[in-house]
Amino acid sequence: MNVTQLSAFVANKPGHLQRVLKVLADESINIITLTIAETSDFGILRMIVNDPDKGHKVLRENNITCSITDVLALEIDDTPGSLYNALDVFAHMNLNIEYMYAFTEKREGKAVMIFRFEDVEAAKNALVGKGYNIVRKIDIIGEK
Amino acid sequence: MYSKDIETMPEKKMKELQLERLKWSVKHAYNNVPFYKKKYDEAGFHPEQLKSLDDMRRIPFLKKQDMRDNYPYGLFAVPLNKVVRVHASSGTTGNATVVGYTKNDVEVFAEVVARSLSAYGVTENDVVQVAYGYGLFTGGLGLHYGSEKLGALTVPISGGNTPRQLMLFKDFGTTVFCATPSYALNIADYIEKNMSDYKIEDTKLRIGVFGAEPWTEAMRTEIEKRLKIDAYDIYGLSEVIGPGVSCECSEKSGLHVFEDHFYVEIINPETGEVLPEGEKGEIVYTSLTKEAFPGIRYRSRDITRLYHDSCKCGRTLVKMDKVSGRSDDMLIIRGVNVFPSQVESVLMEIEGTEPHYQIIVDRKGSLDDIEVMVEVNERIFSDEIKVMNELSKKINDKFRSVLGINAKVTLSEPGSIPRSEGKAVRVVDKRKQ
Ligand SMILES: [Zn+2]
Repeated sequence: MNVTQLSAFVANKPGHLQRVLKVLADESINIITLTIAETSDFGILRMIVNDPDKGHKVLRENNITCSITDVLALEIDDTPGSLYNALDVFAHMNLNIEYMYAFTEKREGKAVMIFRFEDVEAAKNALVGKGYNIVRKIDIIGEK
Repeated sequence: MYSKDIETMPEKKMKELQLERLKWSVKHAYNNVPFYKKKYDEAGFHPEQLKSLDDMRRIPFLKKQDMRDNYPYGLFAVPLNKVVRVHASSGTTGNATVVGYTKNDVEVFAEVVARSLSAYGVTENDVVQVAYGYGLFTGGLGLHYGSEKLGALTVPISGGNTPRQLMLFKDFGTTVFCATPSYALNIADYIEKNMSDYKIEDTKLRIGVFGAEPWTEAMRTEIEKRLKIDAYDIYGLSEVIGPGVSCECSEKSGLHVFEDHFYVEIINPETGEVLPEGEKGEIVYTSLTKEAFPGIRYRSRDITRLYHDSCKCGRTLVKMDKVSGRSDDMLIIRGVNVFPSQVESVLMEIEGTEPHYQIIVDRKGSLDDIEVMVEVNERIFSDEIKVMNELSKKINDKFRSVLGINAKVTLSEPGSIPRSEGKAVRVVDKRKQ
């Protein structure tokens, strides 16, 4: 039920991000959301795509360093303070967030955030216990 | 052992044989190559003065530049109709140096390579795939003739075309693979990336013969682990004969020099003074039997040391350390001497990093800057910036503690560092441009 994130290593140079996107485009892989974490030399491209396994395979075949990781997609009320409240749950449970990013589209009036935890299972249990709705993989990437 | 009498000859007897052959070789060069005659006359040396091995110190050195100045045939000591083959090395800088071989020289070349292969445990029952380049470079033909002389089935595939190399491992039942160590790792990478169903264990590969570029113990461990073979060093220079000047034995610790054909000394590269046995310095070669291209006191620029250690393999031949670097390749960065091989050792100590690296030295104002580019593969990649930064820091800390320099570590994409199937370009020195 976790969402699979595809990550790729990209040099911080003109044309390099485009190369990764072209490989995915050529294989008709749809990017549902993405974020880039960057340093002065390189960036890490993190993506939720409609077929992460195929994406992983085609990037590897094109000699692009990449990996797949489990992340949590969490539904949050689109109201002031709701992200704060969610983070509060993690803080109380000592759950360390490695990073997070938001979906651009709302889902039935609610915002969806992607969280990368050190321990994804512990985070999931804590959140479900607090009544949060974890968005299933199939609801995000659709049927294959 | 291929030539037991020679390879186990007592040291004293070997020295006598060397002196006898040296007298011939120095005279041969003096009498037949105007370059040597002029140089020795100017230095006040005459071959008749060579009465003991110690007298060798009086003979002027032969330098790579002398070979370039006498391009192409100026240092040959026999008429061209006695020369049956030439090899040439382009060197890393400047124009080519050309070396010639008579029929007998070609025989000696094959003999020392056959002895080397035999020292690694290769026999006539083996299938030897020679993936060194065939051509002016001595690697391909050198291993080829040596392997044939030993009686092994020899596969002259030459370098490159990795899928074909891998196919022949299986189809021809290759047991011995000869290549540059960086190409061996390219092959391991290739299997990992592109042929996940190719199992190296399914081949009969058991021995790797690697040379033509300096490589470290850490690289040996990596090659042995990934290709499931025993990896041995073969050392040589085209200026001396080619591969087979010295070879490792079953002990994988130090290389035995074929002293019946090559006389070796270690000198201080700054002063030219001969150093006692056991001290580290530049190794200098004198050919004892070569007819077409005698090399008398050739300065190799290779840094090593010589020692006798009653080797378990039974050979009494003097040993040299694996060459740790070439004095030409040595970089002086903010007053610190750095060999590319040291950079490689540091990287290999860090789990998952590859020996694909490039050192870029530049001068910013009055200070030297060193940047080390390291490729990021799947084994060290993380989707977390924190982890990647820790990796950079770990490499940087290692450089500081091992080399005493502060290097900028740049993590880069796979394939961004130029590869070659011959010699890898490890150093870009922008201070010289
Ligand atoms: Zn030995």
